[in-house]
Amino acid sequence: MSESANFRAAARVRMPSIPPASGGAVLVTGICGRLGKQLARVLHRERPVVGVDRRPFLDKPKDIEHAQVDIRRKKLKDVFRPGDISAVVHLGVMHDPRASSAEHHSWNVAGFTKLLEYVSQFRVPKLVVLSSANVYGPHPSNPQFLTEEAPLLGGQNFSDIRDLIEVDMLAQSFFWKLPETETVILRPVHILGSVHNAPSNFLRLNPICTVMGFDPMVQVIHQSDAVRAIELALRPGIRGIYNLAGPEPVPLSRYLKILGRQRIGVPYSLARIILGRMWSLRLTTFPVPELDHIRYICMVDDRRAREVLGFTPHTSLEDTVRSVDDGRW
Amino acid sequence: MPQRKPAKRSATSQALARIDRAAREAPAFLGRLFGAAGEAVDDALERLLGEPFAERMARVPLSLGSSGIDPFGLDPEWMKYVILAVATLHRKYFRTEVHGVSSVPTGRVLFVANHSGQVPIDGALIAAALFMDGEPPRLVRAMVEKWALSLPFVSLFFARVGQVVGVPENATRLLAQGEALLVFPEGVRGITKTFDQRYKLTEFGLGFMRLAIETDTPIVPVAVVGGEEQYISVANFEGLAKLLRAPAFPIVPQMFLPGGQLPLPTKYRLWFGEPMRFTGDPDDDDAIIEEKVWLVKQTVQSMLNRALKERKHIFW
Repeated sequence: MSESANFRAAARVRMPSIPPASGGAVLVTGICGRLGKQLARVLHRERPVVGVDRRPFLDKPKDIEHAQVDIRRKKLKDVFRPGDISAVVHLGVMHDPRASSAEHHSWNVAGFTKLLEYVSQFRVPKLVVLSSANVYGPHPSNPQFLTEEAPLLGGQNFSDIRDLIEVDMLAQSFFWKLPETETVILRPVHILGSVHNAPSNFLRLNPICTVMGFDPMVQVIHQSDAVRAIELALRPGIRGIYNLAGPEPVPLSRYLKILGRQRIGVPYSLARIILGRMWSLRLTTFPVPELDHIRYICMVDDRRAREVLGFTPHTSLEDTVRSVDDGRW
Repeated sequence: MPQRKPAKRSATSQALARIDRAAREAPAFLGRLFGAAGEAVDDALERLLGEPFAERMARVPLSLGSSGIDPFGLDPEWMKYVILAVATLHRKYFRTEVHGVSSVPTGRVLFVANHSGQVPIDGALIAAALFMDGEPPRLVRAMVEKWALSLPFVSLFFARVGQVVGVPENATRLLAQGEALLVFPEGVRGITKTFDQRYKLTEFGLGFMRLAIETDTPIVPVAVVGGEEQYISVANFEGLAKLLRAPAFPIVPQMFLPGGQLPLPTKYRLWFGEPMRFTGDPDDDDAIIEEKVWLVKQTVQSMLNRALKERKHIFW
């Protein structure tokens, strides 16, 4: 038995008092990200939490187990082996625009396939995958609000995110491959907060460059609301795909106004060239195709999440937007 | 000499102080200027509408959020300027006569009109009539071509004045919200008609009928008279249009005369018909939908014929 499994067995002995709320521990991949840590803090009060991440979990709450493994390794199986995992939350999707596409593919697709294999092998009854509304992609011909049935065209103009779409598709195939597992795919709009994702980093810029003549309507969601949606998705009986949106959509310019940022409008053709140069000189973390997010709409219809999941965002628009400044370093 | 020096310095510093003062006052002055312009816009609108713009706007059934912008991007602040321009065309330039606007049902409604005039002024005037002459005032939405929304400024403008991408999902959602939608089932075929084909309806598309049945929306037929004479197109260069990938290339002789680029100031007449309701299966065969579409088309055509018969003069 491996080290982590030993530790797991010991942990179970140490805390037998926690009743398996809906059947035991929640395994969270990518727990060392900012969103993962938030989720862990919320979840560990109610049920055992097992974290999987190749990064070390600093300032980890005592009752959370952490297995520092790469999800592509066989070692991952040891985490499942004790057989008390009742839910898997997959947050460990890599979206580092600087990483090579081979690395992306092997991590996101091969790693996730491994995870799915163990979910089916150990008959885990619940799987929650955090995808993103970006899988639909920003396009001028998008309907104002995309439903869960809309085609995933995000990779059409931005081939680097094709593996993220593949993750979503793999999870979808699980609906029929393993119907006894309740699979939930969450597709939140831009998550804002102390997280270090592209939309939050973009709003942290000052001055902020926008594309001249474009001011699309944009939806955002606060990280704590995203975490709550994951909690709701963990309830027994919930399955399917859910778009998640936060407060009402407003134009991009309104976000900049709330933050009091200076705004520089650059014509698209020029912006593309400048950003391309900056990208190749490693001066920016935004690849050129992401400009489409500040040109075209990519908004979702979150009716299903409100009605079936019972999700309503709690954080107001102003608080959601201002929260990006918490994540500065 | 020693006396001149301080005088010279003071002149320089005075000049600098003056520049400084001017620079400091400039924002305030500009603010006043814009404020005055804003007031002038408000006054002009009030004269045209017969009441303050904000009061009229408040009666429009819209689903504005707490941010004051509707989910499709419509911003009433932008509307003010657009409505001023369109209202001026409506009242002063084309002196539109509006008939039957009182029979327009409240709640969701689909306006089906004939399309004419090379430039879609007819759409703007229908919108103006519904906002200025209808009670309660309505803001009608039209569906915009997809490519228009990939253009800078154009896409921004369309979104802020409430125009949406022409996809069925948007239409269904807007009607479910109880909004008014304007469609020209003739499409580009209608607007690029040559003068000899004036007021003859071309083929109608079927999409609007499926939409109306699916959402149980009343259809209000609208006849627009006056548009065909604003730009007299004698021919359509189809080969050139294809080459330019444009929908049409009309030859309009007046364009070569000074001032002829403006549309001729014909008198527009808008006739709103009685609402028509259709039931059935929205996914029926084209043949069955076509029959219903034919009914609407015939209604618009007969309204057009009657309006043309009643018209005494093109310009007044």
